Amino acid sequence: MAEYFANGETPEILFWVGCAGSFDQRAQKITKAFATILDKVGIRFAILGKEESCTGDPARRAGNEFIFQMMAQNNIAVLNGYEVKKIVTACPHCFNTLRNEYPELGGHYEVIHHATYLQQLIDEGKIRMQEGGTFKGRKITYHDSCYLGRANNIYEAPRKVLEALDAELVEMKRCRSNGLCCGAGGAQMFKEEEKGSTRINFERGKEAIATGASVIAANCPFCMTMLTDGVKEQGKEESVQVLDIAEMIAQQMQ
Amino acid sequence: MHIIQELLFVIAFGIAVYLFYRKASQIRQNILLGRDVSLNDEPAARWQNVLLLAFGQKKMFRNPMVAVLHFFVYAGFVIINVEILEIILDGILGKHRLFAPLLGGLYPVLIGCFEILAALVMIGCAIFLVRRNIVRVKRLNQHELDGWPRSDANYILVTEIVLMLLFLTMNTADQALQLRGHEHYINTGSFWVSGNFVSLFSGLSDSTLMAIERGCWWLHILGILAFLNYLPYSKHLHIILAFPNAYYADLRPKGKMENMPAVQKEVQLMLQPELAATEAPASDIPKFGAKDVPDLTWKNLLDAYSCTECGRCTAACPANITGKKLSPRKIMMDTRDRAEEIGLQIAKNGSFSEDGKTLLRDYISEEELRACTSCNACIQECPVSINPLHIILQLRRHLVMEESNAPQEWNMMFSNIENNMAPWKMSPDDRDKWAVEMNG
Repeated sequence: MAEYFANGETPEILFWVGCAGSFDQRAQKITKAFATILDKVGIRFAILGKEESCTGDPARRAGNEFIFQMMAQNNIAVLNGYEVKKIVTACPHCFNTLRNEYPELGGHYEVIHHATYLQQLIDEGKIRMQEGGTFKGRKITYHDSCYLGRANNIYEAPRKVLEALDAELVEMKRCRSNGLCCGAGGAQMFKEEEKGSTRINFERGKEAIATGASVIAANCPFCMTMLTDGVKEQGKEESVQVLDIAEMIAQQMQ
Repeated sequence: MHIIQELLFVIAFGIAVYLFYRKASQIRQNILLGRDVSLNDEPAARWQNVLLLAFGQKKMFRNPMVAVLHFFVYAGFVIINVEILEIILDGILGKHRLFAPLLGGLYPVLIGCFEILAALVMIGCAIFLVRRNIVRVKRLNQHELDGWPRSDANYILVTEIVLMLLFLTMNTADQALQLRGHEHYINTGSFWVSGNFVSLFSGLSDSTLMAIERGCWWLHILGILAFLNYLPYSKHLHIILAFPNAYYADLRPKGKMENMPAVQKEVQLMLQPELAATEAPASDIPKFGAKDVPDLTWKNLLDAYSCTECGRCTAACPANITGKKLSPRKIMMDTRDRAEEIGLQIAKNGSFSEDGKTLLRDYISEEELRACTSCNACIQECPVSINPLHIILQLRRHLVMEESNAPQEWNMMFSNIENNMAPWKMSPDDRDKWAVEMNG
C-alpha cells in the first residue's frame, strides 16, 4: 500500500490478509490462491504488509476491550492515512470487525468478504472456468462460517461461487442459518475447549463426512483448521479434502 | 340473588386486575434496574419485527409442525379473548349472552369459531404435554428445567385444557337449557362443537344443568383471572412480553459487538496524548462489563422476562450439543431469577444493597461463559428475539477487565496481539513473507 501511495496511485482494492492468512501455514495457501486470482484477473490490489495488525476480534470477544481498541484505532489510523475506500478480506472475522465495528470508531470503508468478491468477478465474467476442471461432477459440501452466515446474513454468495465449479453441491443437515459452528469463534481458537462429551469440530467433521462429499468447502481460515482436524479425527484425511473456495477457484480458473 | 353474583364478580375482577397491575409494576421496575440503552431508532423496521416475529411467529415456522400447533394455541387464546369480553360484561351487568341479541345470526357462527379454536387449543396442549412428558423431546427435558420450570410448563398446559373444557361444557349445558325452552337462556341456535354433545346432558334436571352452566361459567372466568395473575410468576409471560421484545430487538448485524465508549476514549487519549489537553477528564471510573443484573441493559432483562424456556437456543448451541456446561436458556433463566431476587429485596428494604451474591458465579459460572463460540445460533433460533450472547459477552468483559481473570492461553493471546500485532507469537516482520515467497 505504501508503494501505491508514494506514487500517488490508488489500487482498486486493499486485500486485508488477516493474521491467519499471514502466519498460519495452511491459511497462507488460501492467501496465495486469492492473490493469484486477483493477479490473473488483473485487479490492482495492495496489502498493508507489515503495517497490518490484528483487527482485535479475538481480544474483544474474549472480553479484552482495551486490546481491541488499541488494534482498531491503530488500524483505522493506518487505513485512513492511506485513504482506503474498499477492502476485501478472506477472513470472515476480519470482515465482520472491519465492516460492523470499525465505523463507529471512525473507520468507514466498503468491506467485502472474498466469497462475495469472487461471486462478483464470476458474474462479471472476469473469472472464467476451465472446461472439465478438477471439481467437475464431484460431491462438495459447503460449511457456513458463523461470521459470514448468521453474523452477516451471507449464505448465497459462496454457494454461487461453488456452482461455477460445475460440481455437485450437497448440503449438510445443519446448513445456512442452522449451520453448526466449527468451534473456533469467540476466541475459542486460542484456548482449549471446555470440558464436554466431544469437540465441536469433531461433531461438525462427522456431519460433513456423512454427506459423502469428497471436498468440504470453507470460507474462513479458522474453520479450515477446525474442519481439517475434524476430518482427521474421522480418519478421512486421505479421501476428504478441506479447501477454501478461493483455492478451488484458483485451481479451476482459466 | 342476581345482584350478589354481580357484586362478587366485580370484586373478583377488581382484585385480579389490581394484583396483576401490582406485580406487573414490580416487573417493570426490575427490568428498569438495567442500564439505559436507546432502542427507538428505525420505528418502521421495529414495527415490522413486531408484525412478523411476534404476531406472525415467523421463527416458530422453522419447525412447521410445532409452529402450527403453537399457532392454534396462540390464536385460540387471542381470539377467545373476544368471548371473555362478553363474559366480563355479562358478569358486571348480570346479563346472559349480552352479544347474542345484538349479533343475531352471526352470534352462533362467532361462538362456533371460538369453539373450534378451543378444541384446537386442547389438541395442541395435549400434544405438547405428550412431547414434554412421554416423547420427552430433549430440549424440553434438560436439567436446567428440573423442579419448578418443568412443573410450570405442565401447569400451564393443563390449565389451558381445563379452561377450554369448562368453556365447552358451559356452552353444552347452555344449549341443553335452550332446547328445554328455559326463559333465561336465550335461543342462539346450535354451536358447532358443543352442539354435538347436548344429548349427553339429556338425563339431567334443569337445576343440575343450571348448576353446571353457572359452575363452569364461574370456574372459567375465575380460572382466567387466576391465570392472569399466574403469568408474571411464570415462563408463560412471553405471551405478553414477546411483543415489546420484538419491537426492541437489535436491528444491527448480529456479528456487531456493543462498543465501550469509555474504553474507546481512554485508548484514544493513550494513542493521541495531545487530545488530553482539550478533553475533560472522566469524572468517575466506569465499570467494565457486567457482574450483576444492574450492570446489564434493560433489554437484557426484558429478554430474561420474555423467555419461555423453550430451549431452541440451547438445542442449537454448539457448546451445549457437545456436552459443555453452557446453555443459553439457563443464562436467561439465571438472569431472571437474579432480577427477581434483587426486586424482592428492593420491595422489602426499599433499596438494593450488596447481598453477597452476583449473577456472575452465584448463578452463571466462568466455565459456562468460557464455552461460548459467539456463533449467534441462540439468537438466530429464539422466536421472541432474545439475545443471550450479549449477556455472555458482558460477563466476559467483567472477568477480563475487572478481574484480569482469563485462561492462561487467552492471556498469551492478549500479550501476543499487544506485542506482535497477531494472536500468535510471530514476528510482525514476517507478516508479508507469503508475498515475498510468491514473487520470489
